Amino acid sequence: MPTPAELQERIRAALPGADVTVDDLTGGGDHFRAEVVSNRFEGLSRIQQHKLVYDIFGSEIGGAIHALSIKTSTPGATS
Amino acid sequence: MNNDEIREFIQQAIDENNVMLFMKGTPNQPACGFSARTAGALNALGVQYAALDILPDPRIREELSGLSGWPTIPQLFVNKELVGGSDIVMEMFESGELAELLGVEQPEESPQAEPEVAQRPIGLENRLD
Repeated sequence: MPTPAELQERIRAALPGADVTVDDLTGGGDHFRAEVVSNRFEGLSRIQQHKLVYDIFGSEIGGAIHALSIKTSTPGATS
Repeated sequence: MNNDEIREFIQQAIDENNVMLFMKGTPNQPACGFSARTAGALNALGVQYAALDILPDPRIREELSGLSGWPTIPQLFVNKELVGGSDIVMEMFESGELAELLGVEQPEESPQAEPEVAQRPIGLENRLD
């Protein structure tokens, strides 16, 4: 079962320099929420930003990771 | 129905409905909190939308995600384009961007408001039998 720390590490590895916080929403190890602040998101639409994060986990989303809620932003943005 | 036909059916649903929501369950009986919130936002805006329950056949989800490149459910399409899943839809609902995109007024009440009869979503039958 993935842990928040594991997911956090993998997002950081894929998006170097990103500020990443991952919470286990239910404590059950399958519903996570990730807040990611990265300059890699600059100039991308929300869809593209979220896809960058989803793509790190590929088919694990919907599998081992039942749900991953994502909030993305760039370092300059307020939300 | 084979996978190609399912994909074609999904594409047709996206093409024919300006506001098309793929979800778990139905707007009246959502089967997942994320789907419930997304349908709730559309209900609160009072827009007419079509909804398709992806649960009856696992291939619907496979083909939908293959087509959209988006791994999770729900998925909202407006004018044939993927707007996002529940996180993006809720963010856009709260900021007023969703109302703007859909050409409606931002309501003052909460997104959990019950849809009125005139604003009921259009049901789409899965037609997979």
